[in-house]
Amino acid sequence: MSEALPPGPPMQQALEGFLRALRANEVRVSPAEAIDAHRAAAAVGYEDREVLRDSLCVTLAKSADEVARFDACFDAFFARPAAPARRQVETRAAPAETPPEAPELANQLLSGDEAALQAAMEASAARVGASEIRLASQRSLMTRRLLDDMGLREVEALIQALRGSGAPRDEALAERLAQRRAELFQQGQAYVERQVQLFAAESGRRMREAILARQKLTDIDPEEMRAMENLVRRMAKRLATKYSRRRHRAHKGRLDVRRTLRKSMGYGGVPFDIVWKTETVDKPKIVVLCDVSRSVASAAQFLLLFLYSLNEVVERLDAYAFSDIAVSVNDLLNDETVDDAISLILDRVGFRPTDYGRSLAAFFEAQGAKLDRRTTVIVLGDGRSNYAEPRLDLMRSIAERVRSVIWLNPEPETYWNQGDSKALDYARFCTVAKPCNSLAELERIIEDVLRSYVTH
Amino acid sequence: MDDLIAGLAGVGYIASRRIATALYMALHLQKPILVEGVAGVGKTELALCSAALLGLPLIRMQCYEGLDESKALYEWKYGKQLLYTQILKDHMGRSLADAPDMETAMERLHGAGDLFFSEPFLEPRPLLTALRTEGGAVLLIDEIDKSDEAFEAFLLEVLSAFQASIPEIGVIRATTPPVVFLTSNNVRDLGDALKRRCLHLHIPLPDQALEERIVAARVPGVEDALRAKLVRFVQTLRTMDLRKLPSISETVDWARALLLLHARALDAELVRETLNVILKFEADIAAVEPRIGEILAGPE
Repeated sequence: MSEALPPGPPMQQALEGFLRALRANEVRVSPAEAIDAHRAAAAVGYEDREVLRDSLCVTLAKSADEVARFDACFDAFFARPAAPARRQVETRAAPAETPPEAPELANQLLSGDEAALQAAMEASAARVGASEIRLASQRSLMTRRLLDDMGLREVEALIQALRGSGAPRDEALAERLAQRRAELFQQGQAYVERQVQLFAAESGRRMREAILARQKLTDIDPEEMRAMENLVRRMAKRLATKYSRRRHRAHKGRLDVRRTLRKSMGYGGVPFDIVWKTETVDKPKIVVLCDVSRSVASAAQFLLLFLYSLNEVVERLDAYAFSDIAVSVNDLLNDETVDDAISLILDRVGFRPTDYGRSLAAFFEAQGAKLDRRTTVIVLGDGRSNYAEPRLDLMRSIAERVRSVIWLNPEPETYWNQGDSKALDYARFCTVAKPCNSLAELERIIEDVLRSYVTH
Repeated sequence: MDDLIAGLAGVGYIASRRIATALYMALHLQKPILVEGVAGVGKTELALCSAALLGLPLIRMQCYEGLDESKALYEWKYGKQLLYTQILKDHMGRSLADAPDMETAMERLHGAGDLFFSEPFLEPRPLLTALRTEGGAVLLIDEIDKSDEAFEAFLLEVLSAFQASIPEIGVIRATTPPVVFLTSNNVRDLGDALKRRCLHLHIPLPDQALEERIVAARVPGVEDALRAKLVRFVQTLRTMDLRKLPSISETVDWARALLLLHARALDAELVRETLNVILKFEADIAAVEPRIGEILAGPE
């Protein structure tokens, strides 16, 4: 890189700002990559916008999604409204008219020097920290601060003074100044708006999602469903990439005689390659039983949503939905889109009075033979069985066969075994039984489950 | 940049600006390029053509599940070692015979042992070959996403410092860092550590104009009208809901097939007979077949 000259500080600062904007827009930029970006920019120079964009893009954006976000961010960041040229002509004679004591901003406004105005605006923006904006609601406050820093108050005072003087010449000047002031105001708003898009859009979204994740599953607005869906999908993906790896584990010091002898054939019977026994730790098999009955109706959608996302990422998942009877929903989860799958499942078995006994019987009938020590059973439900026979004996047989049974209950623990709830009775047979009423809890618990009860 | 585009075109690769920029940055920053994109979009071809353009030898390493460092970096030539010990047995016996005591004999043996684990007995595999090639090389690590995560971690040293450690010999450093291409079909997500060390290039499916130029460069004999028509047909297929969308390699194959058949125009009959060149699944062919006429007629 020795042949490339170091870029001037202003461009370097601009690049730093751009990197910050990228980070705010969920393009991850590590310090090492920031250095690469500077080197890349130094190698191609700043003259050709497209070349610069492509160079930065290949160094910084590391997936197709990030490329899209990078492009949007680049356009927004390096967009600067082209200065309209007509002002120069129209107001050529103006500077002579301004009173000598007029603030600098007034001169800039009247002379129509857009470049100077733009530069002043950016300098002020840096002083008031416009790029620190984090919430869209701070927009008008930030605009005001920006313009005050540029000296708008003084200009406003000057307009007042000119209007008060009574001379027609001053009146006209005041009019022109007021008009230019309004234009400046719009420019300031546009500038702040761009900062919001660059730096605040993401943090606002993140904040909303953080709130959503903590909200009770039972009180979520249908309107928030979309945002929720994304959130759920990301959670499921995160969990799956963490735990879906196939592991090989070596038995320490156990010789695989057969394979060692086989390999030694190539070397005239001398055992050069010694093969040790290894064991493949299989991916866990997970069976999920999801309650979609009337009592958990409000949470059912999310439980199914989670189930759907988990099914996309976990390879060996068997899913059952039940209210008065359990049915396998693997096919629906595999073949339908998320919305169709959820509504079809709810149509088929949803919103009916629960019968845990019958459901367990149906489940055991279908799946019982396949349950083994590698299986983890997860039950999502409230354990309210409408006073029907709970068939605890079946629960016991299930628990005896599998590695672990995990029961996640949308009701808080104090409600368990109140009324028709059999949650505590069932909990006896579970490896863990926990209340779980928000996505954040759901993720945490499923993560615990995957870590401690599935892979040993 | 324009020189690179022209140069790549000279060896038969029609590159977009972004592709050329990525190559330029790779040469200047000496970083590997991670090329992503659907199968058949020209990822491997880019490496082949870059090697041709730069006049460097291409060293190719195909990744697969279970690939480990003995297959990727180096291995000892066990056979040769064995053979040599057998041949040298007498000699060794003689030289050890006059040793006054056990310790001297051991000492002499130690010297011989190191002899057997030295460069002449080293079987270089693709990575080591790439590092040791004088004047540099183009190293293509194909389908990195098919390899294990352990292997990916092992690659980090090679890719960031262009060096490899062999316990018996020491660290081998590249005299000229190779130009490295990694390709990935997104079978699994690659680790962040690897991504961070690479430039990232995503090659999308091309638009009509670019694809026509690619076909023109690859299959020169096809007439303009036919070329435009067949490319438009493939472009329309890509908007459909198919299991495997045809990519550039399929278009090029199809153009070749049509050239072999001496086709002058694209009619429904011909398309039906050659559809298996561009569509690789029975279900896709079944879905497209009844609509051939409609697609050929175009949106008008």
